[in-house]
Amino acid sequence: MTMPITSPDLTLKEKARAAFSRLPVPAGVRFVAGRLVRAIPLLFAVVLFNFALLQLAPGDAAEVLAGESGSATAEYLADLKARFGLDQPVHVQLANYVWRLVQLDLGFSFRHNEPVLDLLLGRLPATLLLMISSVVLAVAVGALLGVLAASRVNSWRDNLISVFAMLSFATPVFWLGLMMIVLFSVNLGWLPSSGMASIAAGYTGIDAVLDVARHMVMPVVTLAMFYVAIYTRVMRAAMLEVFNQDYVTTARAKGLSQRRITWRHVVRNALLPLTTLLGVQIGTMLGGSVLVETVFSWPGLGRLAFEAVYQRDVNLLLGILLMCSVLVVVTNILVDLAYTRLDPRIRIR
Amino acid sequence: MNGILSFARRFARNRAALAGVLVLLFVGAMALSAPFVYPSDPWDMVTMPFVWPGEDAEVWLGSDMMGRDLASGIFHGAKVSLTIGFVATLLATLFGTLVGALAGYYLGLADTLLMRVTELFQTIPQFIFAIVVVAILTPSVTNVTLAIALVSWPSVARLVRGEVLALREREFVQASRSIGMGDLRIIATQILPNALGPIIVMGSLMVATAILTEAGLAFLGLGDPNVMSWGSIIGAGRDALRSAWYITAIPGFAILLTVLALNLVGEGLNDALNPRLKNR
Repeated sequence: MTMPITSPDLTLKEKARAAFSRLPVPAGVRFVAGRLVRAIPLLFAVVLFNFALLQLAPGDAAEVLAGESGSATAEYLADLKARFGLDQPVHVQLANYVWRLVQLDLGFSFRHNEPVLDLLLGRLPATLLLMISSVVLAVAVGALLGVLAASRVNSWRDNLISVFAMLSFATPVFWLGLMMIVLFSVNLGWLPSSGMASIAAGYTGIDAVLDVARHMVMPVVTLAMFYVAIYTRVMRAAMLEVFNQDYVTTARAKGLSQRRITWRHVVRNALLPLTTLLGVQIGTMLGGSVLVETVFSWPGLGRLAFEAVYQRDVNLLLGILLMCSVLVVVTNILVDLAYTRLDPRIRIR
Repeated sequence: MNGILSFARRFARNRAALAGVLVLLFVGAMALSAPFVYPSDPWDMVTMPFVWPGEDAEVWLGSDMMGRDLASGIFHGAKVSLTIGFVATLLATLFGTLVGALAGYYLGLADTLLMRVTELFQTIPQFIFAIVVVAILTPSVTNVTLAIALVSWPSVARLVRGEVLALREREFVQASRSIGMGDLRIIATQILPNALGPIIVMGSLMVATAILTEAGLAFLGLGDPNVMSWGSIIGAGRDALRSAWYITAIPGFAILLTVLALNLVGEGLNDALNPRLKNR
């Protein structure tokens, strides 16, 4: 007797997975799709949180939504309540809330007089520019310092790098930014202290790019500093770990120079843990960018969050939280994909 | 007793960690002595505005734009930072340990559910989550503490779960089970004491993070409006950054020093509690 291909004791989930894996789509696409499906309950839970926070907010939800506590007229509030269904029971409100989000309706920011989603998408590029630049800088400098420290363990160079990492790990990011403004903008006059571009100057072409680059220097360095510290320490530890591997001994036995062993054999493998960290750190980096953007008036999501706090624009604030959670999920999927590229031993399923 | 002595000896060998302990003791003394050394309200105007540090012996750290004594603010701020840092960490550690221990000990459905929730809390960007919670629940010392605890327990839960997983099948746990000891008693008296080292190390590092988070929140204007904290002095001093940068520099330096000390102590504890790792 031949075994049936789908045995009856497979659960529905396993059947679905088996059917899914037979589909003629590339493994990468299937992996991303699977991860996105897994992210749905996660994002739904974030939405639940948002809703719970709205309910927990002191005062009337309509007042909170309006962000006008006190100054709005009674008719206006009643109108808002009816419009958002706030006079209905909680579970109906929740259903309405979720339904609006599914339709990508994140509500309206009364302070900015603009739909929340438009506001978020408008501010996203500036934050991405800041964060990607900071990640690149932090990985480059952190990896370099880690290699320099690990290649001469316990030398004065190693100790100096450790002290530097310790200090930048303990420095409050917003304070570092303010101190850099004092030094480089106020005293030396080298760099602009706020904004993303000198709009009044009306630069075009290469001048405009250089102008943005000049505005970027301090925010990017400030945000990167904390991560330089982390990456330096992780890179140093990973290097020491890899130096003990058998194949490094083989390379040494072949008579390869220390420099060649370090750069061609050890560094490449030691870079893997840094990739993992990238996915873990993205959430904290978004938090850091709120502070950095506030210090440097960088027109991104973080600055928007600060304004929302200041103006008590709860709806906008919740939109930012949701947007940032989506960013974390997406980044983690991208990091996992990058990981499989870097390390062929790891296969995506 | 012998264990404590040898632990103290191992810890004392790390001079950086000892320096960290001294700095922490000093900050703690500042916090405790604040009501006696500076009995008046740190919000009171005591002198001319913008007195630079060292200009007037009465206000040796200078005064801010409202003529308030910066030294008084630093002393009273130490109390706020340390209290929020330690209490938030304590809450997060207790809750994280509970979640991690239950997940790691019972496994199965409990584990899946608890770890899913943990994963959820780790996905939401921590600092932004804290901002939203404090902004909506209105800023107060209690709400700031709760918000910081709320965003920092997941890492403890993960750590404890891992430790419990490694310990739950060990002989002494099986022996306890075979003599009929209850689950909760096994977890509390047999497993957790053996996982205490890593939990304490993580706790000391979490206090540092909590202090940084509190300072960040206060800088954004989300500190308790009734207490003066280091972060809120920086937030207010920012407006006078160009003319009087010392108002911003001094509290920032206090944060830096305290956080650095906590990190050094954490590292010292790590080396002293896991002596085998150190000798690798």
